[in-house]
This record gives sequence, structure tokens and C-alpha cells, in this order.
Amino acid sequence: MTQPSPHVDRLWRSPDLKRSYDVVIVGAGGHGLATAYYLAKNHGIVNVAVLERGWLAGGNMARNTTVIRSNYLFDQSAAIYEHSLKLWEGLSGELDYDIKFSQRGVLNLVHNIGDARESRRRVNANRLNGIDAEWLTPDEVKAFCPIVNVSSDLRYPVMGGTLQRRGGIAKHDYVAWAFARKADQMGVDLIQNCEVTGFDVTDGKVTGVQTSRGRISAGKVALCAAGHSTELASKVGLDLPIQSHPLQALVSELLEPVLNCVVMSNAIHVYVSQADKGELVMGAGIDPYNSYAQRGSPHVIEYQVAAAIELFPIFRRVHVLRTWAGIVDVSPDASPIIGLTPVENLFINCGWGTGGFKATPAAGWVYAHTIATGRPHALNAPFNLERFSSGALIDEHGAAAVAH
Amino acid sequence: MSTVPPPWPTDVLIPCPWCGDREDLEFKYGGAGQVAYPKDPGTTGDASWARYVFYRPNTKGPFVERWVHTAGCRRWFTLTRDTATHEILP
Repeated sequence: MTQPSPHVDRLWRSPDLKRSYDVVIVGAGGHGLATAYYLAKNHGIVNVAVLERGWLAGGNMARNTTVIRSNYLFDQSAAIYEHSLKLWEGLSGELDYDIKFSQRGVLNLVHNIGDARESRRRVNANRLNGIDAEWLTPDEVKAFCPIVNVSSDLRYPVMGGTLQRRGGIAKHDYVAWAFARKADQMGVDLIQNCEVTGFDVTDGKVTGVQTSRGRISAGKVALCAAGHSTELASKVGLDLPIQSHPLQALVSELLEPVLNCVVMSNAIHVYVSQADKGELVMGAGIDPYNSYAQRGSPHVIEYQVAAAIELFPIFRRVHVLRTWAGIVDVSPDASPIIGLTPVENLFINCGWGTGGFKATPAAGWVYAHTIATGRPHALNAPFNLERFSSGALIDEHGAAAVAH
Repeated sequence: MSTVPPPWPTDVLIPCPWCGDREDLEFKYGGAGQVAYPKDPGTTGDASWARYVFYRPNTKGPFVERWVHTAGCRRWFTLTRDTATHEILP
């Protein structure tokens, strides 16, 4: 496997913007790039532009905590996230780029009886869906991850946990660059610093986009803008049941290898892993208020650090290197919206909220199918926009363990 | 209006009309304000109910929203805040 130059400007061309494309994807984050890749690879559609207001993969793709798992409760979620995990398992080879996918295991800790019951139920549901899942006792938690404090002295002692051994992390930048490089090689135009400012719609059908670099006609337009989805959709008169919130994360200074897996705790609320480079990467829940400011309140950071220190006493003297926030697109049922819109030839992929990174390959796969065929893939059919009227919600709140 | 300085730097102070500026930690967020209940619930269809239950404004910029001062006076109030800057607007 070749490891290309890390100089990202050499991994893809900087083409001139054409006046017309078969498909215009709005947003060059992980999902947008994966969608372009699978449009080209699975469907042979290469006259594609991915338009990015800022720089490639500079939004939530650069801000997430890279946790990958598929242990969701409901069948619809399990199916799409497991498809994603299977794609992750072959992605380094397929993209010919070592994306540092590491199946080190994802451990979800349990601190109360209600969560213990719910977690065992989720283990059973996962197994019925062919997803690896195990229930661990506190001693087994300790054996798997020795630095977790499982003593009864904790204010909320560890009562056990669920483990998905196939879960893990990947290097987010490499994932984006790998998809971008392959899509570019197949002829996709990646256009940075190009903001979409409006849409051309004729007789209920989208025909093009207006951008900061002029008008482009488009056979199909695919929105892929996470926290800015409602802003974009409003330009074409489309309302979405999405609220944008800051989701904060932090990294510590670089440490020797000390944490061998991903640990998530719903009840005292932190998730943490150690990146290859050595920094501890932590996150927790969203800030409660709507925001586009890419920053949040300091107490959210303070609480997740307090939770981490409670669970890992050896982190007590670790320094925080930096904190940041991304703007996440939260849907009413904590499940994504991927599919058609009332505007013909306009497609939407949003609502991934706090859990979009792990879905990157599958989101690209099913979104490309939806765009290419004009019909949803079986995996994203349940995640339609109509479910908020029909009532067929996929209510992963809580079921998804931590803010996923 | 009294102002209680927070114990650490913060950029989100919420002006409770009764208690003054307090850190957002003391409040619960109520989301978008000015959301009207359907005028005639008996004849409101699924699509309109969906809009009432699930759809809210998500404005980038001045945003009318509800807060409740749970750790203070426990009263609800409406506020206009710029979601792009966190600035509280008059």
C-alpha cells in the first residue's frame, strides 16, 4: 500500500469550475467526498463537482472524535451503521491509503441499573442483527481496559459495560484525503472556496446552483452540509426538522500509549480514546442552545474532564492542549435524513447530529445510490424526510448509548 | 439589574429578566420561541402536526428563543440571541 505525500494540495487537482455538471454535491466534508467517490465507483457518474465553501474536510470532519461503531439498538440504524463498519474494514485497501483504521474495541460503561438493563438488551439486539456485542462485568471491564477505575469508591461505580471489539477509530484527515484523492482520480472536480448562495428551480425541479464563483447548471444537486443544512435548504424554500448545536471536544498533550480502546460513558458522560499521535481525544454532549459559532460553554468541557478523571484517575495531571466545537445537525429522533426532497432532483443528507463520522462510507454509499437512481437504497429508505409526518421515527435517543 | 461575575471566563451569559446576567449553566434551554399551537387541533392534518411538533426555526443570526432559570428564579422568559456570535440582542 502506498502512503501518499501528506501534502494535501498534491493529492488532488485544483480544476477550473465547469459551467455544467451531472451532479453537484454541496459540502466537501467526509460525507460529500464519500458520496462523490461512490457516485464514480459504483455508478460510473464522474461529471460531478463537490463544492466547498471553505476548505476540504475543514468542518465537522476536522472536528469529530473519530469513534467508529455499529452497536445501535434499532434494526434500521444497525443495518446502516453495520454496513458502514464493514466498509471501514476494507477501506484502507480499497482507497490505497492507510487511514489508520484501528479496531481496538469500543467499551460503553454502565453506572446504574436502568442502563445495565438497557445495555444488555442492546447487546441482544445487536447479536440478532449479526453485530458483535458482549456484556462485560466490572472485572471483565478492568481486564479489557486496565486503567478504568472500577472500584466501588466511585460516586457512580462501574456496574459493567458493553463491548464491540470491531469498533475503534480512524484518522479523520486521512479518511477525507483518501476519498478525495480517489474521487479526483476518477474525474470528480473538488472545488474549494466556492460558496453556494442560491438554487435555480424551474417547475419544481432544481436545474442549477448559484455560487460565489458564478452559476452552474446541474442535473442533480445533493446537499451535504451538516450543521448548515437548514441555512442551505432555506434558499430553496425547503424546511428541515434540524436544529444546529455546538458539539465540543478536546485533546490532551501527547502521552505514551496508555489507553488501549475507546471508552464511552453515558451516565457520567464522556468518551475518550487515544489517537495514534498520543493525544487523548475526548468529547461529551452538545451544548443545549442553538448556535453556529463553532464554540460552546466552558462548563461543558469542565464536566467531561471531571468525568474522565473520575473514570481514569491517572489522567488527573494531564494537560488539555486545546478545545473546539463543531456545529452538528440534530434531528428530532437522533437519526439522519437521507433521501429525496419535495424539490425534484434535489437530495438531502443531514441530521447525523453527533454521530456522522462513523457513517462516512455508508452515508456516501447510500446517498450516491439515491442520487444516481432517484430512489433510496434499502438501507436509507427508512431515513426519509416523510417519517416526521408519518410517525415512523427511528428513535435512537438513549438507544444510541452516549450522544452518539 | 445585578450582575454576578462567573467564577471562570465564559462567553455565554444569559440575562434573566429578574436575576440579571448568569451563566448559561443555571438555565435550561427551551428552543425557538413564538411557536404557535395549531389553531384548530381537531382538523389539523398530519403534515401540519409534523410542522408543529418537529419543525422549528434554526436561524443563523438573530434568534428568538425561550429559557428557564432553573437554578435561580425558575421563571421562563423570551430572549433574542445571535446564533452566529452568541451576542444577546435588545
